[in-house]
Amino acid sequence: MLEVDGGIVFWILSFVILVSGFMVVSLKNVFHCALALVLCLFTVAGLYILLDAEFLAAAQVLIYVGAVAILLIFAVMLTSKLADKRITQSNEQALVGFFICALFAVAAYLLIKFNTIWYPLAKSALPSDNILTIGKYLMTEFMLPFEVVSILLVAALIGAIALARTEKS
Amino acid sequence: MTWPIATAELFPIFSYLYELLESTGLPQPWLAIVVYTFLAVVMFGVLALLALFLVWWERKIAGHIQQRFGPMRHGWHGWYQTIMDAVKLLQKEDVRVATRDKPVFFWAPVICFVAAFLAYVTIPFGEGLIVADLNIGILYVMAVTTFTVISLLMAGWGSNNKYALLGGMRSAAQVVSYEVPMVASILVVVLFVGSLSMVDIVQAQAGGIWNWYAFRLPFGPIAFCTYIIAATAEANRTPFDIPEAEQELVAGFNVEYSGMKFAMFFLAEFVNAFTVSAIAVILFFGGWHGALLPSWMWFLGKTFMIVLLLMLFRWTYPRLRVDQLMEFSWKFLVPVTFVNIIIAAWFKYAGWYW
Repeated sequence: MLEVDGGIVFWILSFVILVSGFMVVSLKNVFHCALALVLCLFTVAGLYILLDAEFLAAAQVLIYVGAVAILLIFAVMLTSKLADKRITQSNEQALVGFFICALFAVAAYLLIKFNTIWYPLAKSALPSDNILTIGKYLMTEFMLPFEVVSILLVAALIGAIALARTEKS
Repeated sequence: MTWPIATAELFPIFSYLYELLESTGLPQPWLAIVVYTFLAVVMFGVLALLALFLVWWERKIAGHIQQRFGPMRHGWHGWYQTIMDAVKLLQKEDVRVATRDKPVFFWAPVICFVAAFLAYVTIPFGEGLIVADLNIGILYVMAVTTFTVISLLMAGWGSNNKYALLGGMRSAAQVVSYEVPMVASILVVVLFVGSLSMVDIVQAQAGGIWNWYAFRLPFGPIAFCTYIIAATAEANRTPFDIPEAEQELVAGFNVEYSGMKFAMFFLAEFVNAFTVSAIAVILFFGGWHGALLPSWMWFLGKTFMIVLLLMLFRWTYPRLRVDQLMEFSWKFLVPVTFVNIIIAAWFKYAGWYW
C-alpha cells in the first residue's frame, strides 16, 4: 500500500475541512453552502481513512453525501424563494459571537490538553479486518442501542410520511 | 509496495518498467506515487477507449433493432465514427449561458467524470488485475458513485434553465429511491461471502458455474434481477432515463452544455453503464472465473454481455412516468429485495448453502 507520511495528508485535509466549513456558514448562496457542506463531509471521510477506519469513511460518504446532502440540495432547489435570494448569514452580533466561540475553543483545547490521558496506540492492536468486528459487536454486545436506533429511524420515517400525506376526502 | 503480481505476469513490460523505476533509487513514497499515477493513467486510457467503443456499439445495436445499419461510413461498419465524434466535440465552441452559476456550471462535468472513474480503483479486471483490493470494496463503489448524483444536481442548478433544473431534481429523487433496492440486492451476496472485498467476493464463486450467485436458487436469480433493474435506474438509462427524457425535458440536466463539457457527461454515462455491469459480473457471475481463456478476457466478455442486456432494455422498453418510477421502486422492488434478504439469511442460517 501507499506508504506516505500521514502528517502532510492530515494537514491538507484539515485545511480543506476548515475552509469548506467556513464557506458553509459564510457564503451568500444557499446552494453553494450545500456544496461546501458536501466537500466538508467528504474530507472528514478522508480523515477517517487516515485513522484506518475505512468502514466509517464509506458510511460517512454514503449517508452524509449520498443521502443527507442530496436531500438538502433537493430541498433548496424546491424552495425557489430561498434559492433566488442572496442571504446574509451573519448579523451585527457577529463580532461578539466570534469572541464567545473563540473562548469556547480555547476552553475546549485546554480541557482536552490537560484532562485527557493519552494511551499509546499499538499498531498491531488494531484488527486487520475491522468490518467483521463491527458487525459482530453490533449483533452481540451493542444489540440494544442498534435496535433502538433502528426503531427511532423507522418512527421518523413513518412520521415523515404521516406529515407529508394528504388526506383523501 | 505490493505490485499486483498477476499484472506483472500478464504484461511483462509492466514488471520491466517497475524494475527500471526501482533501480533509479527513488525513495519510497515517491516510488508509490509514480506507480499509482501510472496505473491511474493506464486505467483512464483503457476506460476512455472502452466508452468510445460502447458508444459505437450502442449505436449499432440501436440501428439493427430499428432495421437500419447505424454508423457505416467511417471504416468497417463505421468503427471509428465515435473517435471522429470525440475529435469534433473537442474542437467545438464551448457555449456558455450568461446567467449560469459560474463555479457550479464549471465543476459539474468534472465531478461527473471523476466520479465515474473513481469506482475502478476496486474493480478486478482479472486475477490480480486490480488497482487496490480495499477491504470495503463494494461499499466504496456505492459511496463514490453517489457523487454522480451531486454532479447532475450541480449541472441542473448551474445551467439556470428550468428543464435542466427539473432533470437534476428528477435524477436526485430517482437515485435516492433506487439506491435502497440496489444495496439490498448486493447485501444478499455480501451475506454469503462474509466480506466486502471484491477479490473475496469473486474467490467465493470459484469452481464452476453452479457456484455463481446468479444460479443459487431461489434467492440468487431474484437478487440479480432486482440488482439489474436498480442498476439501470442508477446509471440513468432507459427505461429509467427520466432525468434526460428528451421528449419532456429537451435533454434534461445537460441542455446547456456543449463541446467538451457535454462529451464528459456523455462518456461518464457510458462508463457508469460499464461500471454497473462489471459489478453485476463480480457479484453474480463469478467475476474473472472461467475455463481456458485468460481471466481478464472472461471478465470483459461477461461484462459486455451484461452491457448488451442493458442496451436491449434501452431499445425495447418505453420510458416510465415519474410517479410509476417511484411506485415501482418503493412498492415493488424494496419489498421484494427485503423478503429476498430474509430468505437468503434463512438459507445461510440453516446451512443449506455455504
